[in-house]
Amino acid sequence: MRQKLRLYRHYVSIVVRGMMQYKTSFLFTAIGQFLVSFNVFLGIYFLFQRFHQVKGYSYSEVLLCYAIVLMEFSLAEMWARGFDTFSGLVRSGEFDRVLVRPQGEILQVLGSRFELTRLGRMLQAVLMLVYALCTAEIRWTAGKVWTILFMLAGGTAVFSGLFLIYAALCFFTLEGLEFMNVLTDGAREYGKYPLDIYGKRVLQLATVIVPYALIQYYPLQYILGRATNPAYIFLPLLALLFLLPCYGLWRFGVRHYKSSGS
Amino acid sequence: MITMENVCKSYRIAKRNAGFREAVRALFHREYEEIHALKDVSFTISDGEMVGYIGPNGAGKSSTIKILSGILTPDSGSCLIDGRVPWKNRIEHVRQIGVVFGQRSQLWWDVPVIDSYELLKDIYTIPDQVYGSNLDELTELLSLGELLRTPARQLSLGQRMRCEIAGSLLHSPRILFLDEPTIGLDAVSKLAVRDFIKKQNENHGTTVILTTHDMQDIEALTQRIILIGKGQILLDGTLEDIRHGGENIDEEVAELYRSYEI
Amino acid sequence: MKKYISFFRLRFSMGLQYRTAAAAGIVTQFFWGAMEILVYRAFYEADAAAFPMSFEAVVTYIWLQQAFLAVFGAWIMEGEIFDAIRNGNIAYELCRPVSIYQMWFSRSVANRVSKALLRCVPILAVAALLPAPYGLRFPVSWAHGGLFLLTLLLGLLVIVAFTMLVYITTFYTISPEGVRIFCVSAVEFFAGAVIPLPFFPEKIQYVLELLPFAAMQNVPLRIYSGSMSREEMLRAVCLQVFWLAAMVAAGRGLCRRAERRVTVQGG
Repeated sequence: MRQKLRLYRHYVSIVVRGMMQYKTSFLFTAIGQFLVSFNVFLGIYFLFQRFHQVKGYSYSEVLLCYAIVLMEFSLAEMWARGFDTFSGLVRSGEFDRVLVRPQGEILQVLGSRFELTRLGRMLQAVLMLVYALCTAEIRWTAGKVWTILFMLAGGTAVFSGLFLIYAALCFFTLEGLEFMNVLTDGAREYGKYPLDIYGKRVLQLATVIVPYALIQYYPLQYILGRATNPAYIFLPLLALLFLLPCYGLWRFGVRHYKSSGS
Repeated sequence: MITMENVCKSYRIAKRNAGFREAVRALFHREYEEIHALKDVSFTISDGEMVGYIGPNGAGKSSTIKILSGILTPDSGSCLIDGRVPWKNRIEHVRQIGVVFGQRSQLWWDVPVIDSYELLKDIYTIPDQVYGSNLDELTELLSLGELLRTPARQLSLGQRMRCEIAGSLLHSPRILFLDEPTIGLDAVSKLAVRDFIKKQNENHGTTVILTTHDMQDIEALTQRIILIGKGQILLDGTLEDIRHGGENIDEEVAELYRSYEI
Repeated sequence: MKKYISFFRLRFSMGLQYRTAAAAGIVTQFFWGAMEILVYRAFYEADAAAFPMSFEAVVTYIWLQQAFLAVFGAWIMEGEIFDAIRNGNIAYELCRPVSIYQMWFSRSVANRVSKALLRCVPILAVAALLPAPYGLRFPVSWAHGGLFLLTLLLGLLVIVAFTMLVYITTFYTISPEGVRIFCVSAVEFFAGAVIPLPFFPEKIQYVLELLPFAAMQNVPLRIYSGSMSREEMLRAVCLQVFWLAAMVAAGRGLCRRAERRVTVQGG
């Protein structure tokens, strides 16, 4: 395990060094990432200037929610970008190279990309988080701090799992997979508000189909003091189970690839 | 020792029209067209042999290489390489082989070649001592010297191919697969590459399996030739079996292809 | 004129080839529209009195926005044009007997129209079938409908004229990527793609409506949904024409100067 981690770090260091060969491009992509999420933030800001609250959530509370989701997403995009861009690896036949090397496929694909430009998005998320922590009137307890950390872990896992599903589907078809954006970009975009503002139906779907609610709505209720059951602290960790079916689909995809050689 | 017995592989090419609905439907149900890539292929290659594996495009060359290197699972038949079934225990198997795809690069594009080698060292878990002596030897034989500190993207094709070959020999593989290693190279680089492969085989007893369209490669390197066409082994013999005293080997091979109607 | 039309046709048939991508895009945009509407529903429930447009108008605005995303998306620029400028292939284009400005302009228009035509029909059709208040309404009157089509066309030309300025600045800056990123974010925000302009505080909205960004999607979408008074509409159309003329004039001037520079420096 330790050796695998070391190898992963080695991969990352090479990818990052390669990226630094194109410093301006890197910088502008990072700034672009920042500006895109900054626009979304401004949108929220102006809406709250007018409406002051939505479904009982204050401006600070919504920012806290958006900051956490954005952080989860940026982390997943940063380290699981290899899956997000997997169609290219299959199309070019580079996946064959992965198969002739004596390491696990997942480790190699993860190591093929490390999207440091997502620090731009991350910066936006950190700023909002700091602002929200200072202004939202939350009575902090150790349990709530843990809840946030678990949310980050669970959320990163859910988004990484979605990227893994996308990659697994690439083994079967390369067309029309843009629909997966609904589940990834869509969740980032609309996860900015606590899920119950979209109505009960959406909340249910976002619990059952992909466990977004476990990494957003429910733990948030606990942090904001709307729910007191300490079991909510651990709900985000339950979302880690989502990785199991994703991994299963991936294994199935690899087997299919090896038998069809597409 | 490599043995392949009665290996068959057919692909099912999905027949479908373009379109999103078709793509979705195709996830569940597809109509297929069978293409027999390999029909009952058998051969044995002993340790330390150099074999030229030739045939026209689409004859089944790359399917064979993919099966031997564990990328592809055959439909039926058996294949043993030093007692291992390539597709059963992929990681154990690929540790013992080296693969060069002439058309694709295994080096990390934007970093100096030596950095790619350092990462390969970790991927293959090569002991320091072995790595050091192999690198010294390869650097000398392929005159890599200065190239090692150059990013791969700045190398000429010939320089890059030398670095690619060295990269796939760092872990002292027992078997080396070369897929069109001289494609697109100038005369000087071609000679250097051929010369090196010959030496590698003589000095280390590395088994070499070479696919190429360049008959001069075959002439310079291999005694034994396996000719495949339409998925079947048509000839397993020596260069002399092909040559009939003609001047131009390309014409003789073309004549041979015509006589087999491939 | 004929050569521009044939160019237009070529782009159009190219765009039509990507039907699968279009279908996936339609699904995505439909989802986007639905979620966006749910957001505004929540705010409407929070404080209906603070709503600057009627809820139905916002819904209609959102569906139109999704349907015509390819017309107004600021990020839709052509990589080939940037490349041609960067790697000097522009020299070849200068050899052809056409004006570069007009050629790129018609090319960009064709690109957007071909993408949008394919996607807007199914989105509009399904959105129109949804029950009130979540469905796409018909225009308030025939006159509004006609004016919508006119301002849609003007808005398209304005955004293309704007992207032309972005292409042309590539001649003059060392880092076109930076310019592009800033321009795209600015357009997105100030044109009303993130939130419709009426949702901005009044003073800011007043200023924004004078800017060229407001002459893009803001005008046709609000005219169709019936959330502009007669005077506002008149003023908006005049501003559209003004900005179009101004940006085309600026673009052509800069383009001619850049062309001269290319010929002098030899690419």
